[in-house]
Amino acid sequence: MNNKLIPLHQVPAGFYGKVKKLIAEGAARRRLLDLGLINDTVVEVLRKSPAGDPTAYQIRGAVIALRSEEACKLFVEIIHD
Amino acid sequence: MGLTHQSTGVGILKEMFEVQTDSPADLIVALAGNPNTGKSTVFNSLTGLKQHTGNWPGKTVTNAQGKYTYKGDKYLLIDLPGTYSLLVNSVEEQIARDFICFGQPHVTVVVADATCLERNLNLVLQIMEITDKVILCVNLMDEARKKGIVVHLQKLSALLGIPVVGTAARTGEGLNELKETIKLVAKKQFPVQPRRTEYDNILQEAIELIEPRVHALLGEKVNSRWVALRLLDSDRTLLEAMNRFFNFTLTDDNILRESLAQAHLLLQKNQVDLNELRDRIVTGIVKTAEKISHQVVTVENKNYNRFDRTLDGILTSRFFGIPIMIALLGAVFWLTIKGANYPSALLTTVFYHLEGHLTLFLQWLGTPGFIYDILVLGVYRTLAWVVSVMLPPMAIFFPLFTLLEDLGYLPRVAFNLDHYFKKACAHGKQALTMCMGFGCNAAGVIACRIIDSPRERLIAILTNNYVPCNGRFPTLIALAGIFLVSGAGAFSSLAATLAVLAAVILGVLLTFLTSRVLSATILRGLPSSFTLELPPYRKPQIGKIIIRSVFDRTLFVLGRAVAIAAPAGLIIWLMANFSVNGQSLLAHCAQFLQPFAHLIGLDGYILMAFILGLPANEIVIPILIMGYMAESSMLELDSFLELKQLFINHDWTWLTAVCMMLFALNHWPCGTTLWTIRKETQSVKWTLLSFLIPTMAGIIICFIVAQGARILGLV
Repeated sequence: MNNKLIPLHQVPAGFYGKVKKLIAEGAARRRLLDLGLINDTVVEVLRKSPAGDPTAYQIRGAVIALRSEEACKLFVEIIHD
Repeated sequence: MGLTHQSTGVGILKEMFEVQTDSPADLIVALAGNPNTGKSTVFNSLTGLKQHTGNWPGKTVTNAQGKYTYKGDKYLLIDLPGTYSLLVNSVEEQIARDFICFGQPHVTVVVADATCLERNLNLVLQIMEITDKVILCVNLMDEARKKGIVVHLQKLSALLGIPVVGTAARTGEGLNELKETIKLVAKKQFPVQPRRTEYDNILQEAIELIEPRVHALLGEKVNSRWVALRLLDSDRTLLEAMNRFFNFTLTDDNILRESLAQAHLLLQKNQVDLNELRDRIVTGIVKTAEKISHQVVTVENKNYNRFDRTLDGILTSRFFGIPIMIALLGAVFWLTIKGANYPSALLTTVFYHLEGHLTLFLQWLGTPGFIYDILVLGVYRTLAWVVSVMLPPMAIFFPLFTLLEDLGYLPRVAFNLDHYFKKACAHGKQALTMCMGFGCNAAGVIACRIIDSPRERLIAILTNNYVPCNGRFPTLIALAGIFLVSGAGAFSSLAATLAVLAAVILGVLLTFLTSRVLSATILRGLPSSFTLELPPYRKPQIGKIIIRSVFDRTLFVLGRAVAIAAPAGLIIWLMANFSVNGQSLLAHCAQFLQPFAHLIGLDGYILMAFILGLPANEIVIPILIMGYMAESSMLELDSFLELKQLFINHDWTWLTAVCMMLFALNHWPCGTTLWTIRKETQSVKWTLLSFLIPTMAGIIICFIVAQGARILGLV
């Protein structure tokens, strides 16, 4: 269970990550939390946009695109299922 | 406390939202919900009003109102901006929150997406904290069924403690039940006891320290538990709003300040700082939503979103995403140009014949010559031009565009292009406001409200004019059609399409460039955070699209154009025919502008037409025609071919057409857009800049092109 935490933007498409840490501050933090990205939330990395950024994620049933600037503030644990 | 009905209820409502109730007995219903939940469809189905349905956040940019009567009672329905939350990240969230909180609606209906209930419950729970009079409308039940998602509505209602109605607003399913439930709740015939979100113990304790005093101060006007929580969260916007609506500052009360200090001390002792506090508040809401959703939603088909994913795989694919986007845009333009040719020609003929009848009629009346001239040659011909040139392309363009919108394609455009906007230090949602700009730049400017960071929002506002609106499209299409293309059959409309597409792409590139320059100079700063929802694709309803786009957009825009064209036609005709020193006023002005206009590849009349076209871009070409016609002897304009001849008679070359197209793309925004920018930015400075930036760009580009072509001997 001693999984390494990696920033969400480094998780390749097709993988699942479980949110373990959020390092954003202020309004950015609030916005990410509002998306439901609280601890232990499972995020599926869906696909990158044509230019490689932003990336679409499946978060609590909705598809949300985040730029790497935001996604890098979320640290996740890769889930192997 | 002085909180009279006057200062809280309908009085404030009227002021803030310009709510117009026929009588005080009218019941006010607020409609809230996430974007993309079909909220506007619910609104339309209830009121029968053809209000625009949103497919991305912020479409309902100004709140729409509609009325309906049910069982003898009148209801006023207020469509609030679509939001995901009420924790105030944006103007729209604040508007929605303030209305629910201070507008004192008799009922607040929250529209949620049955296919994505968990995310939607976030907002539902937040609204339930503010008001007891809530109904949850679980919409898109038909979509959910198709995807094998089952929502147990009764259980949901029991868990939330509020009435829940399942609907499919597009087909009308469940709407009667919704009306009945609204009636019951509005008339307090249905006991509603919303379940309050439970927070962890420390938070509860802190809330309990403040709540009694808040309750003593506010009474039943606003939910005191919720206000207490917002006070703990140091939500200044709520205090400001209260100040505005209740005319008193909550924190002026000494006892409250004291208990607030106590509560903060308690939090501090437990190592809960502001960040931690917010985390705990949001966590409380999200966890509750998760728990409820798990109990009431059964997904029978685990692969319910496979179709969306496959389609996204194509439309946002690394290699095909952008080419498909350009091809789709090109296809829309091609269909518009190609399809508009025939009806345009038909309308021109009809108007030409009508002119004959009108002439006979006026002669029969014995109308004096100069009045005939003003009415027919001035007003009538300008109107005829505007209608026959603008109506067909709009009647084709808008439905096609609305189709893409309804499919849910536009957010994918923002997704595909965001990287480039980021490089320009702008926001990906600017792509959406630009799309809106194709319809009308003023609408595009208003749509910029969906961008919640002020810096990126200003950039989007200042650059929206680079997108040719449909007032300028006819100019582009006409010029491309009659000049760049020499009637080569099937290829002509293709070539015209390419020319228009090139103009649009140039506009997009200029948008990026200008955004970048603005970010590096007067609007310095790093891009702010970016989140964009990619909603599920929806099957569009063709019939409704046509009705909506024709009535809402085409006729609206045409009406505006006609209203402006008629008086403008009159004034310009007078200018073209009123002589001073043997020359018309228009000719004097054109002559004065000629040297400068020539430098940028135009002529004095063209520049004059652009200047006089400030009220509306639609009338640029009619002004030009009138200017030219006043000089040459009478010419009956009954076809594009004659128009071309008229232009050629005035020394036009392909360069003139290209420069005019470029200048049509890059010059000052129309009067309406400028006025909207002034209103949206609350600043003369930004309005002035929004005028200067595209104008300078246009002059520079046209100068380079004109001089370049002349030096190279191309003309």
